[in-house]
Amino acid sequence: MKENIIPLSLIPCGKSAKVKAITAEGTLRRRMLDLGLVIDTIVKSLRKSPSGDPTAYEIRGAVIALRSEEASKIMVEPL
Amino acid sequence: MGLTSQSTGIGALKEMLDIQLNSPDDIIVALAGNPNTGKSTVFNSLTGLNQHTGNWTGKTVTTAQGYYKYKNKNFVLVDLPGTYSLLSNSVEEEIARDFICFAKPHATVVVADATCVERNLNLVLQILEITDKVVLCVNLMDEARRKKIHVDLNKLSKILGIPVVGTSARSGEGLKDLMEAVYNVSQNQIKTKPIKIRYNDSIESTIVSIENAIKGLIDDRINSRWISLKLMDEDKSILDSIDKYLGLNLTKEAGDIYRSAINNSEMDKYRFSNLRDQIVTNIVKLAENISQQVIHIENKNYNRLDKKIDDILTSKLFGIPVMIALLGLVFWITIVGANFPSEALANLLFGIEDKLTELFMAYNLPSWLHGVLVLGVYRTLAWVVSVMLPPMAIFFPLFTLLEDLGYLPRVAFNLDNFFKKACAHGKQALTMCMGFGCNAAGVIGCRIIDSPRERLIATITNNFVPCNGRFPTLIAITTIFIAGAAKGALQTIIAALTITGIIVLGVLMTLLVSKILSKTILKGLPSSFALELPPYRKPQIGRIIVRSIFDRTIFVLSRAVMVAAPAGLVIWSMANIHIGVGSLLDYGASFLNPFARLLGMDGYILMAFILGLPANEIVMPIIIMSYMASGVMIELESIEALRNLLISNGWTWLTAINVMLFSLMHFPCGTTLLTIRKETKSWKWTFISFLVPTITGIVITFTVTQTVRLLRLI
Ligand SMILES: Nc1nc2c(ncn2[C@@H]2O[C@H](COP(=O)(O)OP(=O)(O)OP(=O)(O)O)[C@@H](O)[C@H]2O)c(=O)[nH]1
Ligand SMILES: [Mg+2]
Repeated sequence: MKENIIPLSLIPCGKSAKVKAITAEGTLRRRMLDLGLVIDTIVKSLRKSPSGDPTAYEIRGAVIALRSEEASKIMVEPL
Repeated sequence: MGLTSQSTGIGALKEMLDIQLNSPDDIIVALAGNPNTGKSTVFNSLTGLNQHTGNWTGKTVTTAQGYYKYKNKNFVLVDLPGTYSLLSNSVEEEIARDFICFAKPHATVVVADATCVERNLNLVLQILEITDKVVLCVNLMDEARRKKIHVDLNKLSKILGIPVVGTSARSGEGLKDLMEAVYNVSQNQIKTKPIKIRYNDSIESTIVSIENAIKGLIDDRINSRWISLKLMDEDKSILDSIDKYLGLNLTKEAGDIYRSAINNSEMDKYRFSNLRDQIVTNIVKLAENISQQVIHIENKNYNRLDKKIDDILTSKLFGIPVMIALLGLVFWITIVGANFPSEALANLLFGIEDKLTELFMAYNLPSWLHGVLVLGVYRTLAWVVSVMLPPMAIFFPLFTLLEDLGYLPRVAFNLDNFFKKACAHGKQALTMCMGFGCNAAGVIGCRIIDSPRERLIATITNNFVPCNGRFPTLIAITTIFIAGAAKGALQTIIAALTITGIIVLGVLMTLLVSKILSKTILKGLPSSFALELPPYRKPQIGRIIVRSIFDRTIFVLSRAVMVAAPAGLVIWSMANIHIGVGSLLDYGASFLNPFARLLGMDGYILMAFILGLPANEIVMPIIIMSYMASGVMIELESIEALRNLLISNGWTWLTAINVMLFSLMHFPCGTTLLTIRKETKSWKWTFISFLVPTITGIVITFTVTQTVRLLRLI
């Protein structure tokens, strides 16, 4: 099971994943929680910006763009 | 309660937010909600005011207030900044939270997005923890209908235990019901029974013990259950606010209260080490649960069209080209569209000038009076109006259209990586876009950037996008000078391309200078970036036109006129008061001339930029007036005449380019500088914001001029 957990930044466009842990701390962590990124939330990677970063994710019905640094602090299980 | 508002510090909060009551019986209503849900639209429809709206997150950064009357009661409506939550302590969240918590509005309206109810409920539930007097306004019902998303409002109201009203604020649908609900809640005609969020047993029992310990301290002034939870969470920002507004000393005592409470219920602190996560998870899960009960999505692919549009507008291949093409198109439409009305206005206004002159002659009025009033004040005004009004009346509605559609966040999305490489914040792209309207507004907009370092970078570089005070100068010079050389349809296309090029250059300079700042005086790494890409919304064309003409165009124009009239007087006097052989203007210009020549301009031009400090709009009029006063008297009825005037004063295409470059890159106008001082609270950063673009402009024009001369291109 464990080896299946990867950072959200590695999820390819069009694929979904389930949040398993947030490794960010402090304000960033709170921000992520505010967006509804709690354990077991399903996140879908939608598209990358023309220059490759940030990536737009669908989170609880909203589309949110996250930089790869941020997305790498969200550990997910690919679906 | 028995406490006056003064002694509780609530007066202070109301003062801080500048809430003005017409009478003590006024009913205060707060408007809270997620960003971009239509709070300002609701606010505008109810109060008849014109707060800035648009389809992107974080437009409202300051609170606004307005009034409306319903059933013979006066309501004061306070438009709060949009927030996703009240837990993460950004400035906007603190403003919103403190207002709801301490200013004790008689009712709080939470505006939610009907197409994204689940996420919005998160905030609703948090607010219900603080206060009972809440009305939920589910806005954007028209968008939900269009996407076939059904919201069961009755059921939602039953579950939440508060009135729920569905609205489409833009068309006014449901606003009457909203006012009724607000009336009922604020007048206690309806007793709300808000749903309670339950935490796990150990948290609950600790809450109870803390609540008992602090009840005496805070009386009924604020919700003690909520405060207890915040004490456990050791949320310093809220404790500070409590102390400030309620005159307590909880920050100091919190530790003791907490410790004793924990001992009482034999709890060790360790168990709550991830309390914040637990709190949020509980709320998010409850929101999810409620949303599943009340939302019915008929068509799971409801946002397919949005996705298709995004596939093009943010695609790897087309994203950036489309962005630049759109910009060019906007300028092209502006230039083509403004051509004819500008000529017509100029003919009309300069025709009036002739009539005025005749009048002055007929009454034998002294010629200096004619000079000051007609050739000075009136002529400057006529120039400003005829040159500025038509392009603005076209450019603003077009820009507002893109804003209302939801295109600006896509621009930020496309450009973010460049900003990241410049160690700056992605939202700087948004503040940059606001700078197109007005740099002072752009600087205020920088508040949406949380990190102080990145906010300063955005502030200092905001001036690299030309505001509407500078567009007319750019447009005028390109049409008169650069495109004037070409013929026919090509003319306008070249003009549009030139201006687009200038803007792209401005953006590149913004990035370059941001990078340099990040490596020198504002060292640091880029902070986090989470930007919402809202769904595209159908803009209301009619309203956009009316709104952008009345709010923006008239506002900017009247400011320009107010500055231009006295400036015209001063300039004319300077050009006509002679000391010895030359006028004051001549002395100033000849002093600046050697330096200006190095930059490929002349003393009059540089002088015009300096005298144009109060407002960039008057730079061109000053240049023209200086030339005319210094001998070459011509009528200014046509663009051709203007062109001849400039050429006879030694302008070449190099001069034109340098003036445009310098117009893009020089010190911000007076208003912007004062705004920067206000926002940064520092003269040092104001001064740096003055220096950075000025030095950049000098370096660039110098390099361009010397290169061109060296290569003997001219
Ligand atoms: N279709 C539709 N659009 C709406 C409605 N209400 C608001 N809008 C649009 O939604 C966008 C956002 O509205 P605003 O009033 O600026 O939102 P806000 O909540 O004040 O946003 P922030 O100040 O950023 O927090 C604007 O483009 C509005 O024109 C509505 O009922 N229907
Ligand atoms: Mg707003």
